[in-house]
Amino acid sequence: MALKDITLGQYYPGDSAIHRLDPRTKLIGTILFLVSLFVVKNFTGFLFCAICLAILVKISGVPFRYMARGLKAVIFLIVFTALINLFMTPGTPIWQFGILKIAREGIYRACFMAIRLVMLIFGSSLLTLTTKPVALTDGMERLLSPLSKIGLPSHELAMMMTIALRFIPTLLDETDKIMKAQTARGADFESGNLRERAKGLIPLLVPLFVSAFRIAADLAMAMEARCYRGGDGRTRMNGMAFTKLDTVAAILLILYFAAVIALGRLPLF
Amino acid sequence: MRIEVKDLSYIYSEGMPFESVALEDVSLTVESGEFAAVIGHTGSGKSTLLMHLNGLMKPTRGQVLADGVDIHEKTKEAREARRKVGLVFQYPEYQLFEETVLKDVCFGPKNYGFTPEECEAKAIEALKLVGIDPDEKGGVSPFELSGGEKRRVAIAGVLAMDPQVLILDEPTAGLDPKGHRDILDMVCRIHKEKHLTILLVSHNMDDAARLADRILVLDKGRLAMDGTPQEVFSHYEELHSIGLSTPSSSELLHLLKSKGLNVNTNIFNEDEAVEEILKAIHGA
Amino acid sequence: MSKETVIQLKDISFSYYTENADGTLNTDTDVTMKHSEKRFALDGVTLDIERGSFVAVVGSNGSGKSTLAKHLNALLLPTSGEVLVCGMSTADPDNTWEIRRRCGMVFQNPDNQLVSSVVEDDVAFGPENLGVEPSEIRSRVDNALNAVGMYEFRKKGPHLLSGGQKQRIAIAGVLAMQPECIVFDEPTAMLDPSGRAGILKIIRGLHEQGKTVILITHFMEEAAQAERIIVMDQGKPILDETPAKLFAHAEQLSALNLQMPFGASMAAKLSARGVDLPEGIITSERLAECLCG
Repeated sequence: MALKDITLGQYYPGDSAIHRLDPRTKLIGTILFLVSLFVVKNFTGFLFCAICLAILVKISGVPFRYMARGLKAVIFLIVFTALINLFMTPGTPIWQFGILKIAREGIYRACFMAIRLVMLIFGSSLLTLTTKPVALTDGMERLLSPLSKIGLPSHELAMMMTIALRFIPTLLDETDKIMKAQTARGADFESGNLRERAKGLIPLLVPLFVSAFRIAADLAMAMEARCYRGGDGRTRMNGMAFTKLDTVAAILLILYFAAVIALGRLPLF
Repeated sequence: MRIEVKDLSYIYSEGMPFESVALEDVSLTVESGEFAAVIGHTGSGKSTLLMHLNGLMKPTRGQVLADGVDIHEKTKEAREARRKVGLVFQYPEYQLFEETVLKDVCFGPKNYGFTPEECEAKAIEALKLVGIDPDEKGGVSPFELSGGEKRRVAIAGVLAMDPQVLILDEPTAGLDPKGHRDILDMVCRIHKEKHLTILLVSHNMDDAARLADRILVLDKGRLAMDGTPQEVFSHYEELHSIGLSTPSSSELLHLLKSKGLNVNTNIFNEDEAVEEILKAIHGA
Repeated sequence: MSKETVIQLKDISFSYYTENADGTLNTDTDVTMKHSEKRFALDGVTLDIERGSFVAVVGSNGSGKSTLAKHLNALLLPTSGEVLVCGMSTADPDNTWEIRRRCGMVFQNPDNQLVSSVVEDDVAFGPENLGVEPSEIRSRVDNALNAVGMYEFRKKGPHLLSGGQKQRIAIAGVLAMQPECIVFDEPTAMLDPSGRAGILKIIRGLHEQGKTVILITHFMEEAAQAERIIVMDQGKPILDETPAKLFAHAEQLSALNLQMPFGASMAAKLSARGVDLPEGIITSERLAECLCG
């Protein structure tokens, strides 16, 4: 089932150098990597990014197959984007059938966009696969905390993320159960036209919302019972501290970014 | 309706590193009109087995026949056979979604193409069967009912499809003792009145012994025992070795026997146990 | 007074409805439960709970036992009357957090009370909220996880655990706040027999270590392990006895749809048939001892 293939947000336990980096370093690093994918102007640049990413994946010890599972969920998006680019890019036509035509530039752009999307997903999955969701949200909370002075609720955002991450598997399970229960009553989630299918989702969505509200009510009470009262006066068990590893990572990151910019300026394919 | 399971195996994520065997070569037959209890630990494969019985899961190997029809085929006949195997999940009230109780119970028959009048007739009959007054509660939102009532309505939702086999996965989970008794009494009544074949998953050995003609014991994906309550519950050691137990009365009699009282340990209800103990004491 | 009172309920009543000025009733929108007929979920409850005691509260659905539980740590405030926890009134908002720290609570649904997707972070949640020093939190978390036998699972995600294991994590989460008193609100209702037995063992252990334990349940077999059983019906405690004495009220209990523990029920039937048995037999083990001398 497609629901279970979502790798995004699933932590892959390990103790590699990547796992041990401070989540703030990883967050900034990931953002820079994602930005670098938009700075890249040519395939040589992508090759460089891909090699760097491959090295990181290797270090992290996350099996490549495991990472690739994350792609399944968005394969449709990638193919769709590629097709749009393939057919919609104007330029020298090399194939034509009725209104459909493919230009040389279209092929180039389609490949370009597909590679960019795949790398975007790999890059961000590497972050979520090597960082405990809690550490990730903690890192975000801390990176954003200077902004709380201008009214950004960084603690609340981080708490929302934590809870969302905690309950994604629960809600997926719940969805699976409800789907099975309704299928046992003859519901059909797989055939019919778009309108029928959308209507067919009601027996799934209503119970799912009811469940989500029940979880929310229960959880709110449980959190109150455990003395939760927002971010003020709260301490954290896992303090964060930059280590030598983070310094090394920061230097490598700067070198990487410089290299990407340099490669972009060279007249390469 | 007779259910026949032949060499059924199910393997999760076959070929992947986290492959695990949920069912292994399970073969069993439940005769038409029989009341069978399925017992086993959490994770023994009970739920996986049940979901195969009405085609929700496809076996890795083996087949499930309902009156001789392979229910995993793509034919119309097989779909009809699947309808006749009604499956009530744990906490079935979580599947309710319609605006009114009546509409919710109609959902099943509607999916199988019955006319609105037929659906309503079936729904009303099903509600009466579970002890909910269709005139009083039929127009109420299912979300306004009490926990026990919700569960009954959910069971009615399955009964409205006119099943010939009714499978219930721990229908009393989370209920208080009264709710527990009421639901089981209801299942018994339905069994008698409608001559349905019943498969009941239970963790409660007393219930299993009291209600079922037949006990199926699952352990680690295999059918460990299959027989009448008398036969199955006489295997005291074997049941304990797989983390299960016998009914309370039998447990007590075993305890007495181990302390030297000469009693027959194969007694599975309270009143007979009282007689047996009296006989042993006065005999001694 | 030989023993110190830790929780005191003084004539408390609670209604999920509020009364409008014209005397009509207005349902409290925060409450999803529907109490269609009864106006008062709690109706004049007066109770003292002693420090270090193990009290079970039983009753059928709708008897008010869960509502009662939520009054013990200020999750609900009485409509009238007063609840004192360690001498502090729950009505005073300044006391709320101290009361909740001292009186922890474990809920029924194992899934819906864990906050974090990593076991040890979840256990740390309470102490973090209390502003405990990080190194101290670490040691409390390790101790709490060891106490419930879940230390080896500390890095796991709750969704990979069984219901019974999740419930142990919830208990660890409460223990890490170092409460004096723990309220268990039907902690085993959603568990299988082995999960249930595991949780009960932990509860007994906590009592033996001196914690005050309040167990809300509808299983009499579980309640029988307490030192004192309070039977609730229609928002009122109607029986308040030791287990041994309580089970002498067989008829009253069965009228309340409460099931006698198997051992007690057998003992009653055998006594009625002339077998000479001492009073207060609850478990099969004790019955067997008495029968076989």
